[in-house]
Amino acid sequence: MGRFLLRRFFLAIFTIAVLSILVFFATHALPGDVAKKVLGPFADEAAIKQLNKELGTDQPITTQYLKWVGNAAQGDLGKSYLYDVPVTEKLRTAIGYSAKLAIFAFVLIVPLSIFGGVFAALRRDKRIDRIITIGGLSAAVIPEFVWAVFFILIFGVKLRWLPVGATPPDGANIFTQYKHLLLPALCLMMVLFGYIARITRAGVIEGVDADYTRTAHLKGLPGSKVISTHVLRNALMPTIAVVATQTGYLLGGLVAVETIFNYNGLGFLLRQAVVQRDYLLVQAAVLLIGVLVVVSNLIADVLYTVLNPRIRQAVLA
Amino acid sequence: MSEAGGTITLDPTLDRAAMRALAHERALEERRTRRRERRQLLLRKPSFLIGSLILFFWFLCALIPSVIAPQDPAAQDLLNKLKEPSGGHWWGTDVLGRDVFSRVIDGARVIVFVALGATIIATIAGTMLGLVAGYFKGRVDEVIMRIADIFSAIPTIVLALLITSTVDSRSMLIVMFIIALVFTPIVARTVRSSVLGEAELDYVAAARLRTERTPHILFSEVLPNILPALAVEFTVRLGYAIFAMATLSFLGAGAGPESSDWGTQVATHFKFLNGLNWSATVFPAAAIASLSVGVNMVQDALTEVFER
Repeated sequence: MGRFLLRRFFLAIFTIAVLSILVFFATHALPGDVAKKVLGPFADEAAIKQLNKELGTDQPITTQYLKWVGNAAQGDLGKSYLYDVPVTEKLRTAIGYSAKLAIFAFVLIVPLSIFGGVFAALRRDKRIDRIITIGGLSAAVIPEFVWAVFFILIFGVKLRWLPVGATPPDGANIFTQYKHLLLPALCLMMVLFGYIARITRAGVIEGVDADYTRTAHLKGLPGSKVISTHVLRNALMPTIAVVATQTGYLLGGLVAVETIFNYNGLGFLLRQAVVQRDYLLVQAAVLLIGVLVVVSNLIADVLYTVLNPRIRQAVLA
Repeated sequence: MSEAGGTITLDPTLDRAAMRALAHERALEERRTRRRERRQLLLRKPSFLIGSLILFFWFLCALIPSVIAPQDPAAQDLLNKLKEPSGGHWWGTDVLGRDVFSRVIDGARVIVFVALGATIIATIAGTMLGLVAGYFKGRVDEVIMRIADIFSAIPTIVLALLITSTVDSRSMLIVMFIIALVFTPIVARTVRSSVLGEAELDYVAAARLRTERTPHILFSEVLPNILPALAVEFTVRLGYAIFAMATLSFLGAGAGPESSDWGTQVATHFKFLNGLNWSATVFPAAAIASLSVGVNMVQDALTEVFER
């Protein structure tokens, strides 16, 4: 098991390294003067020079990169031009907000999608199966912010069931806080439900048709026991992998969802930084999101290996 | 998915040209029959017909917006801004008093051309890379696949935001190239896995025995056989391109606020949703949803017919 995971681990490190180069050079090496972009086309020459010196953008590009990476490794990602505070400080608050929304969304989405997938598989080719699979996948192709528009109008404005902003008033209790997060989470769910449900359904169907399931039935185990101990254990393997890869989509979706629901998370911050051209903040936020995706994929690999005896034995041998 | 390959006998008395002609003829014949069967299957699927109809409508809007739109999409009427739908303005008016219906019709052009353009570029570039990676394997393959891994480590939207933030001018063309850039390695990966399967088959070995040149084997032998998988991949990518394009323009990465682009319209008007006006946001949003669902219906039918 060690060999395989070690390889995965080094691949993750490699990906992050290349990512950091990509992120850095995308913001620095493209034509155009950094200070000029920040200050606008009408800024005077001296101010541009001064800012370039301050930002260190007058030095050779490789020096800049190595300095940036060195500082980043020590937890210093520079100062946000827009907010005039250290980038890390800004990111720390934002990631707290995003984590709250993302975890809440995952807690809602994952069990519900798995349930939907299992339910559809056990009623294969019946009407309810078709509604879940086709409905789920059709919902998944519509962008989160479009769902947000419909949900805000229906549940927020017409029915007045839920608040339309994700940020609760100060001092709100925990129940109110999550009530504010329900609509944003619902938008993320519309996009993720279909994928997770479909892969679960496929896994369960494979399990139901497998020989070991027939054996379990024939030796007289009750149906529910066969499903829970024989079918699900195997069927949920691919689901774990898919859930982990959806983390990337979730993080991408957060940008639009946090923007439309006016929620101070990482996505909202990234969008602000992009619109206002706050380069250090853009770099740091993109790198952070990339690292989060790579790490979650790595965790998926580890889980997959630990949970699946076939792979565990194969890599041990 | 072997077609004619397995049935050709290599008669030593035939020369290379004759063998190629024979193989070609049989392959064409088989392909023609299969294509006819597929077409009939597709036309019997309601999801394919409805999806195509939706796509056809928006495509028509993209090509001849001025014929379909009842009013000038740019004409402002500040005294009648943010009005609810009425006889004069079927879908109401926007923040500058412009006709929302005409603007949605006009906006089809932006999303259809950007998404289609990005998908076509990504499919062509990805097919080239995938063919090379899958056929030659080894180091070339390794490099292309690692690049694909890195691209898939950042969400499309985030990567696209990163790049747009570094480009001075805001333009839809840049959004198109960014989406194409992000999708190319993904298409390459799909093509590669199809090619890996094909390269093992007899018809490729037969072509090698006839001492065909590599480009001929790749483009005239392998490529036609992976076309069904490629068609499915194309529609899948088109769906994602619409998704990405709409989201990016909603986030302000594409056209300026004066554009009739759908995502931009939603971005301009969603703050009025809270009681002031709903129609200027909901109709462009519904247009995005209909286009996405239309592509998905076609893709669903294609997948079922091609990948049975």
